Amino acid sequence: MRIGIPVETTQGEKRVATVPDVVEKIIKLGFQVSVESDAGNGANFSDDTYRAAGADIIKGVDKLWAESDIVFKVTVPTSAEVALMREGITLIGFIWPAQNPELMQQLAAKKATVLAIDCLPRMLSRAQKMDALTSQAGVAGYRAVIEAANVFGRFFNGQITAAGKVPPAKVFIAGAGVAGLAAIGAAASLGAIVRANDTRAEVADQVKSLGGEFVRVDYEEEGGGGGGYAKVMSEGFQQAQREMYARQAKEVDIIITTALIPGKPAPRLITAEMVQSMKPGSVIVDMAAERGGNCELTEPGLAVEKHGVTIVGYTDLNSRLARQSSTLYATNLFRLTEELCKTKDGVINVNMEDDAIRGLTVIKDGAITWPAPPPKLPAAATKPAAAKPITPAPAHGEPSAPMSGTKLAVFFGIGAALFWLIGAYAPAAFLGHFTVFVLACFVGYMVVWNVTPALHTPLMSVTNAISSIIAIGALVQIAPPLSMLGNIMDRPDGWIRWLAILGIALTSINMFGGFAVTQRMLAMFRK
Amino acid sequence: MMSASFSTVSYIGAIILFILSLGGLSNPESSRRGNFYGIIGMTLAVLATVFGPRVSTAGLPWIMAAMVVGGSIGLIAARKVKMTQMPELVALMHSLVGMAACLVGFANYIDPVASAGLSSAEKTIHEIEVYIGILIGAITFSGSVIAFGKLSAMIGGKPMLLPGRHWMNLVGLLVVIYFGGVFLHAESVSAGMMALAVMTVIALLFGIHMVMAIGGADMPVVVSMLNSYSGWAAAATGFMLNNDLLIVIGALVGSSGAILSYIMCRAMNRNFIRVIAGGFGTGGGKKSSASGDVQPAGEVVPISAVETAELLREAKNVVIVPGYGMAVAQAQHTVYEITRHLREHGVNVRFGIHPVAGRMPGHMNVLLAEAKVPYDIVMEMEEINEDFPDTDVTLVIGANDIVNPAAQENPDSPIAGMPVLEVWKSKTSIMMKRSMATGYAGVDNPLFYKENNRMLFGDAKKMLEEVFVALKS
Repeated sequence: MRIGIPVETTQGEKRVATVPDVVEKIIKLGFQVSVESDAGNGANFSDDTYRAAGADIIKGVDKLWAESDIVFKVTVPTSAEVALMREGITLIGFIWPAQNPELMQQLAAKKATVLAIDCLPRMLSRAQKMDALTSQAGVAGYRAVIEAANVFGRFFNGQITAAGKVPPAKVFIAGAGVAGLAAIGAAASLGAIVRANDTRAEVADQVKSLGGEFVRVDYEEEGGGGGGYAKVMSEGFQQAQREMYARQAKEVDIIITTALIPGKPAPRLITAEMVQSMKPGSVIVDMAAERGGNCELTEPGLAVEKHGVTIVGYTDLNSRLARQSSTLYATNLFRLTEELCKTKDGVINVNMEDDAIRGLTVIKDGAITWPAPPPKLPAAATKPAAAKPITPAPAHGEPSAPMSGTKLAVFFGIGAALFWLIGAYAPAAFLGHFTVFVLACFVGYMVVWNVTPALHTPLMSVTNAISSIIAIGALVQIAPPLSMLGNIMDRPDGWIRWLAILGIALTSINMFGGFAVTQRMLAMFRK
Repeated sequence: MMSASFSTVSYIGAIILFILSLGGLSNPESSRRGNFYGIIGMTLAVLATVFGPRVSTAGLPWIMAAMVVGGSIGLIAARKVKMTQMPELVALMHSLVGMAACLVGFANYIDPVASAGLSSAEKTIHEIEVYIGILIGAITFSGSVIAFGKLSAMIGGKPMLLPGRHWMNLVGLLVVIYFGGVFLHAESVSAGMMALAVMTVIALLFGIHMVMAIGGADMPVVVSMLNSYSGWAAAATGFMLNNDLLIVIGALVGSSGAILSYIMCRAMNRNFIRVIAGGFGTGGGKKSSASGDVQPAGEVVPISAVETAELLREAKNVVIVPGYGMAVAQAQHTVYEITRHLREHGVNVRFGIHPVAGRMPGHMNVLLAEAKVPYDIVMEMEEINEDFPDTDVTLVIGANDIVNPAAQENPDSPIAGMPVLEVWKSKTSIMMKRSMATGYAGVDNPLFYKENNRMLFGDAKKMLEEVFVALKS
């Protein structure tokens, strides 16, 4: 099948849906690739590099759409593009079906199959490699910091120089999703003091791991809304949160906001008063500008100065890092193509049984299949093989589950029967030894049970040395005193002596060798 | 000459010392003292016997001669042995104990002193004790010799599975019981001797057969099981000789060996009985049918030594997972050199040791200790597993089954449920291997095909040396 890559027509969009490196890999899967001439210009990929990777360069957008069986896109297709589509085409890209119901109808009318990369079930761990929202948000978060640094009048890192002391910049990041975390990492590695907040308290560790400090809101409420997004919080919480933001606004130099709630306008976090309270020269980067903005004064697409604070509301952060964004996006789509074409024969198979693919597919052969049912929990139902539970062994040293009642009863029953037999038939002298034997078994069990695995080998070698105690058996045979011989005349002395001597010699090897080698091993264990 | 009571008291002292010795060995801090207790205990026991009431002075020169000869052989062997050969040495030594138990049993049977003045019931019990003592001794002896052969690669590691092997064992057992009856009713010593000899031969064959049927991957369990047998042999000898010291020590060694085997089986999530019955690690029909449809997908990405060095240099957290391949290649010293170099440059290097890595329990710990790796950076599986997500580079040296994700991901895998080191959770894992071959369990390893895994093919020592050179430059 032929995969087509058109020029992105949205104003200001510089990304491209695939890059030359990935073209090669797609071709290896058995596909042909057509790239519209100049499609990669915005991301600094020339037609020649695509050609070198094995793609056909097509002049004219009509021809490209007409020839392609599958089209990879970045942004939501325009009406003009939908008009160019031939029937039965497969389209992969961002669709946002909830926001674009009309587009969905138009696409369905074209009998298209549409895979919306934004509808990927993100909680499936095997879907992560295809998660374009994550890869794009990561790039945007990084770029947001760079934009802030660009308009901020000072260093990020603190320095003490001959020309005086420079305090480090304080950066506050609202929302610790993928973009927020990327921003935390980027700002921290530039040397700034980074603080972050999120309504989902569980991300605190992730914030810390990237070098940020997690600022808590003094209000108890759980904010996870499923699928890695936050939900709308209660009025009490929002009140407490506003106070916290107001405090931070007075202290910090840079605020980067990333808060989004699916299907709703972006929450208003930064009010006009807070902007006013910030130090002159401060910067706000509002990554939610496209969805109304987290800051009251944001103007989408522009960088404006209000009350001495520069408010950056760019909506094209990804296009400002087009080469990187395109490369990551292209890889996401390649991974998706791999999933669609497991046979590697250049034919895709939209397998609706697969949770990840099912979630992505919003239109199948002209029938709208969005929204997808929530994905089944991994494996359990889909693979009958998984029915066999894997029970991990309890860790060494931990008590295992106690035996079941019947098992225990059987165990004790057998034990009692054995003891009864011994008690009924064995002479008294034997019982004395038997008592000692059973007790010693228990002592051995108690003593050894908690040995650290590191010492298994020395322990074994020392028990081996100790088992040469059997030498005693040979020693008492070698020459019993006359008193014990009594009136026994026919003792085969020679035979016994030589057997005993051989026994002593063998066990001595063990005795001396075993202790010596244990000593040698233990001498090496050191802190 | 000591009185009987005095020698009994000395025995009690020796018993206490032996228990302290085993107890001390469960912790690195106290382990050296533990071994020392063992030496004192043994000395005390031997002296109390030699100068006790049951040995006349006439025996002293013989005893001295035998101990000097045996002792010097033992000491030389202990000094000469390489740390990688420890499993073989231990197995060989077990065989000596088994042999000695047989000899003592035979000598006891032909010694009229032993059975003088016993009532008929006591005589029967005594003879059963002799019979069982020799039986266990012979199994220990031949089993240990085969284990030695397998560990030193003189015999192939593949399990030898004779058709109907369980039936053969059963028949052997019945024959042993039958001759036991013959032995007990024997009129004369020479008639009993015949039954004893037949039983001994069967026991020897049984020992060979038992260990031959066990795959190389289960060798750690076998070695520790034989250790346990040598203890039981000593205990049986103790019953035979009415000697409580032997009974106690035999039971101590026997039960500790059995517990150790059990701990190890649990670490591999295997059924103890099934391991002993043998036959694991053959692959067999199940593998082809069950795992055939779950072919690991993805590419195997090779890496060079220079690239490995670069990855290590840029990492903050490194975990090294050694396996049998490191022991075979004798690479532990190079591993230590790399570790030291990285640690000096601020890289946090730690070791993750699987409980059954290598061919003997604790094998890897001994090798790393020999190479002077400090033991506080050598972690156990449970300690290190949760740290893998924060690990930048995991270097797997000659290990395979113990890092196989199939144990967790594929319920049909023969190693399903076996706890493994979760190296695939680290940012990058590097497998050092000679080839794509499977490990001892004969199971394909999906780790090779994971996206974040790289393969460094070649002999472990040679490749590590190249990595070290690249690191220094």
